[in-house]
Amino acid sequence: MTHLEEELKELKQQVTKMFVLVHSQLEKSYLSLQNLDKDIAHEILMTEKRVNALELKIDLDCENYLALYNPVAVDLRYVLAVLKINSNLERIGDIAEGIARFVIDSSTTFSNELIMHTHTNQMFDVSLKMIQDAEDAFINEDTSLARIVFKQDVILDNININANNNIINFIKNNPDDLEQCLHILSTIRKLERVGDQAKNIAEEIIFYIEAKVIKHSRKL
Amino acid sequence: MIEAKNLNLYYGAFHALKDINLKVAEKSVTALIGPSGCGKSTFLRTFNRMNDLIPGVKIEGDIIVDDENIYQKGIDVDRLRKRVGMVFQKPNPFAKSIFENVAYGMRVNGISNEKVIKEAVEQSLKQSALWDEVKDSLKKSAYALSGGQQQRLCIARALAVEPTILLMDEPASALDPISTAKIEELIHELKKKYTILIVTHNMQQAARVSDFTAFFYMGSLIEYDLTKTIFTNPAKQQTQNYVTGRFG
Ligand SMILES: Nc1ncnc2c1ncn2[C@@H]1O[C@H](COP(=O)(O)OP(=O)(O)O)[C@@H](O)[C@H]1O
Ligand SMILES: [Mg+2]
Repeated sequence: MTHLEEELKELKQQVTKMFVLVHSQLEKSYLSLQNLDKDIAHEILMTEKRVNALELKIDLDCENYLALYNPVAVDLRYVLAVLKINSNLERIGDIAEGIARFVIDSSTTFSNELIMHTHTNQMFDVSLKMIQDAEDAFINEDTSLARIVFKQDVILDNININANNNIINFIKNNPDDLEQCLHILSTIRKLERVGDQAKNIAEEIIFYIEAKVIKHSRKL
Repeated sequence: MIEAKNLNLYYGAFHALKDINLKVAEKSVTALIGPSGCGKSTFLRTFNRMNDLIPGVKIEGDIIVDDENIYQKGIDVDRLRKRVGMVFQKPNPFAKSIFENVAYGMRVNGISNEKVIKEAVEQSLKQSALWDEVKDSLKKSAYALSGGQQQRLCIARALAVEPTILLMDEPASALDPISTAKIEELIHELKKKYTILIVTHNMQQAARVSDFTAFFYMGSLIEYDLTKTIFTNPAKQQTQNYVTGRFG
């Protein structure tokens, strides 16, 4: 392995670390929301600083790599893809932090019924799975797995579209839970964006491996 | 430790190096860059006193190598040149066998134990990443090798006398891209054991192989920093103009 390849391998390890960290942040935000666990929510806020620091480090590593090694072809696409994957992951980190803040601000527990009725639980499961699949696709350079990420996004979109009606129905029967309902609606909107970000990441993986631009097109 | 302190060099009346101060980091690669004629090679040659051979040269200031000012009186220049090896732009093997090219420095230094020489030759050829290509043809003339192989042979020859510092003056500029890549990879390996100073007119090469970069312009050291910094965010406008190709 040449020393340039070693640098790329090191970069890949950093990005993998970012995937793991961000996945764990979103998973914890789910846990803290289910149990109104404010300790976990505070832990998420602390860890968010590490996510931000790692984002900056990866950006800097990419800048250095571009400046020092002038990569071309697949190596160039790889570094360009990593820059975008990195910023999408950082935004997922922000979303986990946002959900943690709802938990911290909330005075009463989110009822299980509300979470189930609005399919928020399913949204968490699907978006976590999408991040995991994107991570595996990135590690193994597996573009068919990257394509599976797109398919899952449809589920999130549907839940999001139906969210208003679901929430309205729930409020009718539980008018006292208004604050909770608003937090859950915001959480659903956030998770819908996690889906978009995972999709963007999958697009970047396909771009760097296959040199195909998937963005803004329906063709997979 | 290697350091230039208030170094000035004159070729006759021409002031070729102007008050250079620079500390070289050990076991790392320092690249000297700058436009042709800015003094890179002159500066490199001050570390093994090669400029002494040029008539009319005047040198002021200190060059410290391993806590010793190499320009003070009583310095053994032959011993210095053992510690500070040099590799030139054009591969310059001797008209001898591959083996004898590498053994040469040891023989000159009075080593006569053939077993010791044989081991050192093998060791040096391994370190210069040439061994596998020549181990079955050590008796062949060095001239039978390709340009890239000859350059790695010259590196092996320099390593055989166990220097601590390697000076390289555009060591890859006469080579094809594949041989160049091999030399660059070799430099990356060698820095684990040696302190390397390399002159290159190829900025990308400086970026790829070095840890520190010194930018020279018209005999002055304009900027000296981590290579990463020089190529992403240099402090001086002149450096920025040079590395971005906007010079002049
Ligand atoms: N032997 C010499 N006699 C007189 N001038 C010289 C000699 N060698 C170099 N110079 C001059 O010193 C300056 C620096 O040369 P050099 O160190 O070879 O520059 P570089 O390696 O950066 O191209 C140039 O102007 C060059 O003409
Ligand atoms: Mg020169």
